[in-house]
Amino acid sequence: MSIKTEEMVLNMGPQHPSTHGVFRLKLHVSGETITKAEPVMGYLHRGSEKLAEGFIYTQFIPYTDRLDYLNAMTNNYVYCAGVEKLLGWEIPERAEYLRVITMELNRIASHLVWWGTYLLDIGALSPFLYAFKDREIVLDRLNEISGARMTFNYMRVGGVKWDAPAGWIEKVQETVKQISESIEMFNTLVTGNEIFQSRTIGVGKLTKEQVIDWGLSGPIARASGVNIDLRKTEPYSIYDRFDFDVPVAEEGDAYARYKVRIAEIRESIKIVEQACSQIPAEGEIIHKKGARIMMIKPPAGEAYTRAEASKGEIGVYVVSNGKTKPYRVKLRRPSFVNVAILQDLLVGASIQDVVAIFGSLDVVLGEVDA
Amino acid sequence: MELVYIILYAVITLAVLLGAVTYAILFERKVIGYMQLRPGPNRHGPWGMLQTVADVMKLLMKEDIIPKNADKKVFILAPIIAFVPSFAIFASISWSDNIYGADLNIGLLYFIGISSITTLGVLMGGWSSNNKYSLLGAIRGVAQVISYEIPLVLSVLGVVILVGSLNFRDIVYYQESIGMWLIIPQFLAFVVYMISAIAELNRSPFDLPEAESELVSGYHTEYSGFRFAFFMLAEYVYAYAIAALATTLFLGGWLGPAFLPGIVWFFLKMSVIVFFWFWLRATLPRARVDNLMRFGWKVLIPLALLNIVITSIIKVWMG
Repeated sequence: MSIKTEEMVLNMGPQHPSTHGVFRLKLHVSGETITKAEPVMGYLHRGSEKLAEGFIYTQFIPYTDRLDYLNAMTNNYVYCAGVEKLLGWEIPERAEYLRVITMELNRIASHLVWWGTYLLDIGALSPFLYAFKDREIVLDRLNEISGARMTFNYMRVGGVKWDAPAGWIEKVQETVKQISESIEMFNTLVTGNEIFQSRTIGVGKLTKEQVIDWGLSGPIARASGVNIDLRKTEPYSIYDRFDFDVPVAEEGDAYARYKVRIAEIRESIKIVEQACSQIPAEGEIIHKKGARIMMIKPPAGEAYTRAEASKGEIGVYVVSNGKTKPYRVKLRRPSFVNVAILQDLLVGASIQDVVAIFGSLDVVLGEVDA
Repeated sequence: MELVYIILYAVITLAVLLGAVTYAILFERKVIGYMQLRPGPNRHGPWGMLQTVADVMKLLMKEDIIPKNADKKVFILAPIIAFVPSFAIFASISWSDNIYGADLNIGLLYFIGISSITTLGVLMGGWSSNNKYSLLGAIRGVAQVISYEIPLVLSVLGVVILVGSLNFRDIVYYQESIGMWLIIPQFLAFVVYMISAIAELNRSPFDLPEAESELVSGYHTEYSGFRFAFFMLAEYVYAYAIAALATTLFLGGWLGPAFLPGIVWFFLKMSVIVFFWFWLRATLPRARVDNLMRFGWKVLIPLALLNIVITSIIKVWMG
């Protein structure tokens, strides 16, 4: 006798506790094993690229905050850098340092959020609260300099909006010291945990070829042995002045991605420490014209800039036709590219692994659906 | 007259249990709160004492929703089937030398037999909701409980062999007579028992049937209002029942220095075990389904069998 069985279609999302926003996965499951996965995106589509065409150049900066809202500084930077490239402006020294410090602090905050929520996905409740407590002190520093906790709108074409308040640099040094102590604690509490390892080792394996074929970037690529970090391979801003390593792992599973991100927090701390000791005590924080003119008119032309965000390579392509508004802005959002791999990665996994795999990609939905 | 006593005992036990569960929930939330660097509930009443009362009031006043495509009869029956056995097993527990319900000669057998019925409620709830997440949760729940029921029962067999009785009171008297708690000669059994108990109770790290990050809420996803409260209640009462069983079998029941009455000792020991579970919940991530099954069948059952063999040899050797 044989029992008639049937594949079940399970709709995961758009409202589901582990899809981190509004993301939908159509899963075909046989028992608990996935036979086919279809990521459905677009629930958070706001038409950011089209909006840019209706604004003057400076007005679009706050919109970049809302792409990957956990890593808004880098988004700010990459857009401003694109416009600056069109204009051919030199950025004052102090502004560059402030940019690097805020970007790296933001990367630390972003990875801390990932660390907490990933363990929450896997079923450990407490790490989430520990991570958010530490993230909060980083956000406090960013709040002090930019006036906002997450959507900073801090960078301007030609520099940054605000100078660091008195004593801020010392506070930042204190903060990163605290974070590096916490990271040690997190490591002893979680990384060696056997249940955690059994949930992540060998789960969601990505080969080097897959990473390159699908154009994946960021910690995901580096965890599969693709040694690419734009801060090192194509140093933008002033990253060539700092001494830091690019953590790379070979295994390509969720555990490797975890290790790479933890190591990246340590490297970011190193960069912040160096930048804090090198930063000139005084100086301009914005290009002279940038401070004065609101209606920037870049000469007709096009520019592409890219930077290493916490999720991967973020790129901005700006086309100017010599008017006050951009002719076209194209955003290369790392999460959007990275999430596409899910349809291959999920086949053969169990429902439980879906959460562990999806979480390990560190996707922010604001960025998937710009 | 006998009947009056029985009913009175049942009513008092229910009242005490409901009160205990009210504060067990607060206890859990406070303990986990402190472990997670936050104060836990502290708005309702002093020290959050009325938080659970407020929660229950909320659940009571909620609209009673039965999904359109649900199997109505089964859907309504499921929470009752889940709750009744978890309460019924308390009849056999002996709280102290002179406070007890039924002095059953087959106490342990009754306890284990009745407590298995709860699984049926889980399966009924998951099946009748007509929700895929509920169904998956129920499948996981049943598979897990069946696999872990076996090591649980095998682990208590060691105690039965030593004592030679299934009566809870006899088991405690035996511990009094040999002058030590059975956790010492039966340590292996205790470890197996504690691990299987966590899986039986669907508590973290084995909370797969209701893994909120995967299955939304597992088998009770579609339940709301008071039906949901019944499932929750069943879970907590059952946690206390399993802790009470552990106290009786391994920790000497009501035995303890005379400055406190036996029932207080019983509750203290029970609370320590329950605290241990809260602690695990605050610390550990969720285990994997396949690992869970493998661990149950390949590690815990052989260990429990080994314990039975060793205990038997000792028993024969000691005469």
